[in-house]
Amino acid sequence: MDLVLVNLIDGLVTGLLLFMLSAGLTLIFSMMGVLNFAHASFYMLGAYFAYQISVYLGFWVGLLLAPPLVGVLGALVERYGLRRVHQYGHVPELIFTFGLALMIEELVQFIWGRNAVNYVSPEILNFTAFSIAGNAIPAYKVFMIFISLGIFIALLYVLTKTRVGMIIQAALSYPRTVEALGHNVPLIFMGVFGVGTALAGVAGVIAGPVLSTFPGMAIVLGSIVFVTIVIGGLGSLGGALVASLLIGWLTTFAKAYNIRMEDILTGVGFSKPEPIWDSMWQDLWTITSPQIADILPYLLMVLILVFRPYGLFGKRDA
Amino acid sequence: MTDLTQKTAHVPPAVTLGNTLPWILSIAFLAIAPQIFSSNSAITIMNQMGITIVFALAYNMLLGQGGMLSFGHAVYMGVGGFACVHIMNMETFFSYLPLPFLPIFGGVVGMLLAVIVGSFSTRRAGTVFAMISLGVGELIAACSVIIVVFFGGEEGISGDRTYGMPFFGIEFLQHIEVYYLTAFWLLLSAFLMFMFSRTPVGRMANAVRDNPERAEFLGYSSRWVRFYSFVASGFFCGIAGGLFAINYEILTEENLNLATSGGILLMTFLGGAGFFFGPVIGAVVFILLQTVLGLQTDLWALYVGALFLATVMFFPGGFAGLLMMHVTPIRLGKMHVLYVPYLKTFIPGILAVLGICSVIEIVFHARHAPLGDEDMTIFWTTFNSHSIVAWIVAIAIAVIGVWLTKKAAPGLVEAWHEANTPDKGASA
Amino acid sequence: MHYTARCGLGAAMALFLGTTAAFADNVKIAFIDPLSGAFAATGTNGLNQFEFAAQTLVNDKGGVLDGDMFEIVAFDNKVSPKESLIQLQVAIDQGIHYVVQGNSSGVANALTEAIDKHNRRNPENQVLFLNYSAVDPALTNEKCNFWHFRFDANADMKMDTLTDAIAADPNIKKVYIIGQDYSFGKAVSAAANQMLAEKRPDIEVVGDELHPIGKVKDFTPYARKIQSSGADAVITGNWGADMFGLGKSILDNGFTGPIYTYYAAADGMTAAFGETGDGHIRLVSEGASNPPPTPEAAAYIEAFKTKYPDGNVSQSRITNTIEMLAAAINEAGTATDVVKVANALEGMEHKNMWGGTVYMRPEDHQGIQDLHVFVHTNDGITYDYDNSGYGMLTETTVQNAGMDSPTTCDMKRP
Repeated sequence: MDLVLVNLIDGLVTGLLLFMLSAGLTLIFSMMGVLNFAHASFYMLGAYFAYQISVYLGFWVGLLLAPPLVGVLGALVERYGLRRVHQYGHVPELIFTFGLALMIEELVQFIWGRNAVNYVSPEILNFTAFSIAGNAIPAYKVFMIFISLGIFIALLYVLTKTRVGMIIQAALSYPRTVEALGHNVPLIFMGVFGVGTALAGVAGVIAGPVLSTFPGMAIVLGSIVFVTIVIGGLGSLGGALVASLLIGWLTTFAKAYNIRMEDILTGVGFSKPEPIWDSMWQDLWTITSPQIADILPYLLMVLILVFRPYGLFGKRDA
Repeated sequence: MTDLTQKTAHVPPAVTLGNTLPWILSIAFLAIAPQIFSSNSAITIMNQMGITIVFALAYNMLLGQGGMLSFGHAVYMGVGGFACVHIMNMETFFSYLPLPFLPIFGGVVGMLLAVIVGSFSTRRAGTVFAMISLGVGELIAACSVIIVVFFGGEEGISGDRTYGMPFFGIEFLQHIEVYYLTAFWLLLSAFLMFMFSRTPVGRMANAVRDNPERAEFLGYSSRWVRFYSFVASGFFCGIAGGLFAINYEILTEENLNLATSGGILLMTFLGGAGFFFGPVIGAVVFILLQTVLGLQTDLWALYVGALFLATVMFFPGGFAGLLMMHVTPIRLGKMHVLYVPYLKTFIPGILAVLGICSVIEIVFHARHAPLGDEDMTIFWTTFNSHSIVAWIVAIAIAVIGVWLTKKAAPGLVEAWHEANTPDKGASA
Repeated sequence: MHYTARCGLGAAMALFLGTTAAFADNVKIAFIDPLSGAFAATGTNGLNQFEFAAQTLVNDKGGVLDGDMFEIVAFDNKVSPKESLIQLQVAIDQGIHYVVQGNSSGVANALTEAIDKHNRRNPENQVLFLNYSAVDPALTNEKCNFWHFRFDANADMKMDTLTDAIAADPNIKKVYIIGQDYSFGKAVSAAANQMLAEKRPDIEVVGDELHPIGKVKDFTPYARKIQSSGADAVITGNWGADMFGLGKSILDNGFTGPIYTYYAAADGMTAAFGETGDGHIRLVSEGASNPPPTPEAAAYIEAFKTKYPDGNVSQSRITNTIEMLAAAINEAGTATDVVKVANALEGMEHKNMWGGTVYMRPEDHQGIQDLHVFVHTNDGITYDYDNSGYGMLTETTVQNAGMDSPTTCDMKRP
């Protein structure tokens, strides 16, 4: 029972981290109709920028400065890259961001090398907040949870209660009308892209010390972010939150409990072929849940797309 | 679905010099290429090109002709190839099967997989299709290490092509024999794919790509049109997989993973998805870059990435698009207007690119070379990467190149307009 | 960079001009390993060690035969079996007869089969495969062939040494085995289970599982499970980011026992573990550097560190590979007839600078050598890794490990 609580907390941390990435991605998608393949690359840039700043000025300055830097970079990419490609249609846009992701990875390797860099959490948070049954919950994880929740609340507030948020929401549904009312829609696009990438940057800054900062970190997380927003429903912020937490808990629990296919199959009434190593079905019989934990989200996504193409909370077709 | 009679009104004659010449030239080139590039490694690389061209053309049946973006297409080639290796390992059956027929089995298996996946993935186009392809691709790639019986885990499965029934006495021991087998299948598949693009289904794929709603109003089910394209593409991917199995005699997880799927997207787009022959150029250029540039510099991926981004941003038609832009000037007989401006722009342009690359290489070398080993060699020149002179020279070349290119660019634009405008009096 | 660029030029020329002529006075050795991409750091460090070993151990001593020099020609295989086979062909076209490779057993498997086929099909132009690091036991068992020689101990021999160390520790009552879900991870798990049952039947294996390779973002759930299982020690065959992620999660979760590993050192890993891993990370390998076994070894490491300050002498077997190849070529009296060279290598006993001997077992071409279990620490370290102050200190040694280990190899000699 204690372990369940620990896993709930771990899953929450993973889920909230995923949410910070998917929130920006889904905002960008609903506004501009483009799935940003390079989104996780901005997450990686956030971690690397923060690392570089932390070398000179410490972790906290990095946390403060890196996300805006990433945001500005994102806005520049939108202004000078994406806007140009936009005229050719959605497929070239998607391909552009795909190329951008490759390019950012190569650049990061060029600048910071191919090994992981030594980006660590601040000294002040290096203690165990509490332990449950011998499992330590580091203070840093608690800090991550609070940062993510803070950002979620701030985002919700801006989108629903402020004038800027109203305009963004309006531009989401009726860009032409909003433009006719005198708002600068391209500027809003650029702003949203910048904020979205900055959010990914924040995720990178706080995840870097835990998940290690290396050139492959974008790829490891990249496609799972897509999966999240597709499951949640493209363009739905609430859906992104639910899907992130769902994936966080699903993968954590699949890893934490050794559910074996053998037990399921015998439970259903099949009998295990003996000896198992000569059987055609040996691989099916020996599957365990930790083995497939990290591919479960893909399975979930395919199933959802087949049966409910607009995702859990999506209102419109992708 | 078959009511296309209104089109027959202006069907051009089936066989003309214009549409057979490229094929004849291709056959001639493929026949003599091994005489020019005779070393085994050159033949290995040409085989690799042949396989990739088949794969890229098959991929373009979706991307270019059907407007469907797939992020997991390697699996159809890979699974086809795995099936072929399994056939190679069925001793009695394989000893009655002449090797040149093996790719057909790969094609059939690739097609079967495409039928299964296509039955649900082609229901929608656009982002949903792209995401399903990504998900299915990831799933099958991940299964490759879990389902050891079929995929052989991370070390893959291997066979021996020479155990097949000798084909007119040929046992396919040597690379050159495999080359002609690959070349034959390359021509056959390219021809069949070209013919497919001329069938009603192929034509409708274009229509569905451009405007699915109108296609529906005309009475076509855009879903089934997508499905047929998808299945046909799966078949030719499987053929490519079979050729891969024959060439390398081993298939591994690498043949299924996302990097391979991404690579094929990259080269198809680079070559030009809008034209039938675009992927051919893309595959050839990409493999040359990968092998030759890869031998020259550790940073090849950086350059390829930059080239790719530049293509997406400035020439979305790819290399083929660039070539085809010149059809109008040639028709107008005004290519000569372009020669001088081209030279004026491209020579400094190449200089600028080389200069920038030199700067990047010098920076990279200065940072990563072992201590005491300060000499580096690029462009047949050896010098000290830590010396200020090298930096100044490289930067100067880059700056001068960029400056000259910028200066010459307006002239080129003007000449381009001139070349694309018919002369007064002459009718276009 | 310098080297790649120069050899690259040669390769490209060979490609387009079809030159097959080799320089008669150089013995070229093709190094086929990753030099770009995610594993480039490991590959580049290996290349540096090969170039340094060829220079100091052979060329500076007058070369082989009548003053022929060793020349390492680098080929980037991007850890892809397909690329490796293409590069192998380029190497063969350049008249190269010796191929060294080590990263990834998958690649080694593809290469050994391709070389076997090539040598059968082209008896006039044969090639030897000197495997310096791929440890899949199959390569010297059911998949063995005459052309393949392994200079590293295989996974089972290493596990034998690790389990010896575990068996000798009375505090260990419960063991957790975790690894990557592929052939090597499974081999580690099978060997650990079998050997522990033989050596210490009282040890309980409280967990034995596999996770997807290279896909796990966060190892915390695994670490929690390990902690809750009450394990006293962890055994893992993980490498790369999976090793670091797993090790760090386990230690951050408050695990205090030893973690027995194959690949948790050098290439940035030692620096990354730093203080966290102090006294916990154990590693099995050949060729100790702390304390330095012989003055030659100390001088060798120092010379290497002067030339490559950011590098590590992490694979001492590379010196064995180079020295034994040189000895075999001298004994055979030829560098081009690889059958003679292979015959000379078979059964060779080589006394190396790491204070032991390497015996190339003729039955399966498996190198037999001393294996050590090291501990990651900063106490008593003469030569650290990654300039981190931390290094690997020798704890236990097994002489001629796996000397009489069984093999299923059915060697077919030409």
